[in-house]
Formats: sequence, C-alpha cells, structure tokens
Amino acid sequence: MMAGSYSSDEIMTVSAARMLRDGAVCFVGIGLPSTAANLARLLHAPDAVLIYESGPIGAKPSVLPLSIGDGNLAETADTVVSTPEIFRYWLQGGRVDVGFLGAAQLDRYANINTTVIGDYCRPKVRLPGAGGAPEISTAAKEVLIIVKQSRRSFVNQLDFITSAGFLTGGDARERAGIGGRGPVAVITDLCILRPDPESRELTVTAIHPGTSREQIRLNTGWDVRFSPDCSETVPPEAGELEALRDLHARTAAAHGVVGRDA
Amino acid sequence: MAQWVSLSEAVAAHVHDGDFVALEGFTHLIPFAAGHEIIRQGRRNLSLVRMTPDLIYDQLIGAGCAARLTFSWGGNPGVGSLHRFRDAVENDWPVPLSIEERSHSDLANAYVAGAANLPFAVLRAYTGSSYEQVSPHIRSVTCPFTGERLAATPSVKPDVTVIHAQKADRKGNVLLWGILGVQKEAVLAAKRSIVTVEERVESLDAPPNACILPGWVVDAVCVVPGGAAPSYAHGYYERDNAFYRQWDAVSRSREQFSAWLKQSVLETANFAEYQRVQEIWREKGALR
Repeated sequence: MMAGSYSSDEIMTVSAARMLRDGAVCFVGIGLPSTAANLARLLHAPDAVLIYESGPIGAKPSVLPLSIGDGNLAETADTVVSTPEIFRYWLQGGRVDVGFLGAAQLDRYANINTTVIGDYCRPKVRLPGAGGAPEISTAAKEVLIIVKQSRRSFVNQLDFITSAGFLTGGDARERAGIGGRGPVAVITDLCILRPDPESRELTVTAIHPGTSREQIRLNTGWDVRFSPDCSETVPPEAGELEALRDLHARTAAAHGVVGRDA
Repeated sequence: MAQWVSLSEAVAAHVHDGDFVALEGFTHLIPFAAGHEIIRQGRRNLSLVRMTPDLIYDQLIGAGCAARLTFSWGGNPGVGSLHRFRDAVENDWPVPLSIEERSHSDLANAYVAGAANLPFAVLRAYTGSSYEQVSPHIRSVTCPFTGERLAATPSVKPDVTVIHAQKADRKGNVLLWGILGVQKEAVLAAKRSIVTVEERVESLDAPPNACILPGWVVDAVCVVPGGAAPSYAHGYYERDNAFYRQWDAVSRSREQFSAWLKQSVLETANFAEYQRVQEIWREKGALR
C-alpha cells in the first residue's frame, strides 16, 4: 500500500484509538473496541489499563484476542480475577473510566441494540444478547462506541434497547438515574459523531477525508445533523498505520487467519 | 465426596432428563467432552444455563437436549452467530427453546447469590434497557437504608454443574487457573457437580489462595485429557480457533449439522473417539 493511503476501517480504528487517553482504565469489548484499545496502548497510551470481562486486568496482549477469554490476555495481565469479581468490584465498584463498546444497531441517542431485530418473542433475527454491555454503558464514567456505519446499523427506531445511551434524549438519562456521562463519541468508518450538548442527539463533528455529507446521510437511518463547526478528521499518520498493520499481521500469523474483527 | 469415575458413569449418575444444568467456562476450560456425553446419553428437556452459550450449547440445542436456556451472550466468539441456537429460537428446530435472558453482570451475580444460598441477587443494572419490559425475572428492590432502587434477579441454583479443570488429586481436590469465569460459584451454587480434568496427580502443589475446589464439594471427577477442546486449557493446549470458524459452516444447515452430530458424537463411544473422527473430518476437508 502506498504511503499515505489507508482504508476506511483503518481511519476508524485509528480515530477511535486516539480517544483513549494514557492512564485511562478501559473496559474493553471484543472485536473493533479491542483493536482500537490495543492500538492506543501501543501508541500514545502505554499506561492505559485494559480490562476484559473474562477477568484479566491490565492485559497487554501481543496479538489481538479472537475471544474475550484468550489465554494471551491472562498471561499478560497484571492480575486475573473471576468474572463475578470483574463485574462487582471493578465495574460496578466505579473503577472504570471508559467503556469501549461495539454495536449491532444504534439510534440517534446512542442507545444500543444487540438483542433482537423484530418482536422480542418472535424475532426476525436473534442477535447474541446483552453480554456485559448494559452494565458497562451505565457504570463506566464515559463510553466510546466504534461501529461501521450503514442503514442497517444506524437505525431510526430500535426494536430493543439492550444498553442505554441517552434514552429519549435531553436529560432522560439523568432522570432515569443512570450514572456516568454516557456515550461521548461514536467512531465509524465515515465520521465521528458526538452527542449535542442539549438534545444529546448524535451529531457529526468530524468527517473522514474523502467522505461526503451525502454518503453519511445515505448510511444513516435518521435525518442526521452536522455540527456547525464540523471538521475533517486528521488522517492517520504513518506511525499509527504502521502500528495497526503490524498488530494485524502479528494477529494473523498467530491465529493463522487474516486479522478481522467480528 | 468426590468419586473418581468415568465420564459416562458421571453423566448417567448425575444428569437426568428435565434437570437444570450449568456447563460453565468463560471461553477457557469449556467442558466439551461432558457436553457430548450428555448428548450421547440422549438427555431431554434440560433447562440449560450458561453465561456464554457458545459451540457446546449450540450442539446440545441442535441435538434436541434442551427445552429452556438461561444465558447472557449467545454467539460464536470472534466468528458470528450460533446457527443451531438461532434455528431453535426463530424456527423451533429441532424442538422449541424458551429463553431467559440476563446480562453478564446479572448472571455472574446470580451464581454468587446461588453459592451464598440467597434467593436473589442485587445489582445496579438494566436501567433504561428493554429487558425489564420483556423479562419477568428482572425486578427491583428498594434499599432499606438509602431508598435507592436496585435491580433484583433470581439466584441460579442448578441441579448439576459441570466444569473442566486442569488437575485433581487422588481425593478429588480440583485445581484450576487462568481465566476462571464463574466456575467456582457455579459448582458451589449447584446441588451436584461433575468435574472433568486434564490429569490426575498425586499432589496439587498449589500455593495458598489458588483456586481449589475441595473434593468434598464435588460429586464426580473424571480424567478426560483434551476434554475442553476446541476451547483451551491454560498450560495444556491452545484454543482451536480454526474449529470455531469451521463450526459456522458445519452448523449453518440442519443437514450438515445432523451429519456431523451423528458421526462425531452419537456414533462415537467417548471423547477420544470423537477426537479421532474430527481428525478425519479435517483431513477430508469437510470441516473447512
């Protein structure tokens, strides 16, 4: 690949990684969030503490885990605790700064559905379910969401709210008694969205280079708004791309597959 | 008191039709061999519980062993859907499967409550989610001291819990390490328990605070080397990631799954034979 050229997946992962500050305690979902969090750790955030729900605290995997409980996570962690302890003491205990989540579907208020499409009792599509996302989205001090943008994932109306974002917008989250700041950014392969300070509706605040507003509209299930000071995403730097590609190459070599995110 | 028995004896003695059964292991140490033996012995109408019903529950569900499933995340980790689970929920094949869905934190807390002989778990969860509307099991309590509203969910107390561990000594004291999941809680919450292990040793040689289940809280211990494959056993073998990917194709159609089940599980006598059959499937390329 030519220097300076990168894929939409790469700018998504790099942009998400940049949002994790050094020293942050991050509860990491598997797949895209895990890729971004580990990239951050390899770049600007060597002291970020990665917690996986299977029990590793301070995991420093050399390759990306395929499952949430890979042995490499345990071997490289500062400590490994039981699953009840992870959720009770560390997440519910209020020790997590950032919850890093993926999503099957989300709406304009960053509520997430990973449960069903269609009626709950007679679903059209049965998705995996909650996992730890409902408690991560409410117990972490803030939440980052990384997801590929399309009309399938960015929907006008969710059939089911698995994990609370801003519910019906405005101060609905606070009124419901949910702690934490909630989702502070949604990073996609097209752009970065942040909640409007008043309405809490996800608003495009940065567009990846080469992406048009029309493209973003076509891939969003609601009439998406653009922030008045909407900017262009800073393209990935050579060092960022190199670190990401090395990570994928190491992962592929270790797992015997082309690195992909589930 | 733990009895050293064969896996087929353990399942025959402790897993009955209609039982509430937990097979635990969070990605690591998943008791595949024991799950296969439950299928082989034709158990029916089981109520299964497991935080992450992955391939082993896909197999139990596809084989028609389960009538009910309590779970918190049902997928093929790193790959995608569980096709047999989805076929049962969406199309009632091979038999209808009713589900009780919880979150990870909820189920983990529910096992802890079960182990602690409490009727329910208390946690901060579900606020703003739709689960409260669809599940009769997710309710709330008000803290008598602060007035805070907290989620309350029923504890999990299986009739029998099955886990896999690294080793056990002559007396059936069990040692496990690495990613521990909820195995200890699941065993202590259950009326009966079966533990399969990689090896039987004279002495566990474990440091204080190691995760040990004393033999007197375990009913049956069985030596089944490789019994957690295709998941992994820390210190013994790695996760067979290729199998997880291949399962997507094997499980996608009822016909292909039924052929795999018949050849691999129903027509094999034990886990060692099952593993030989998997090698043949692999060589034929049928699992690729």
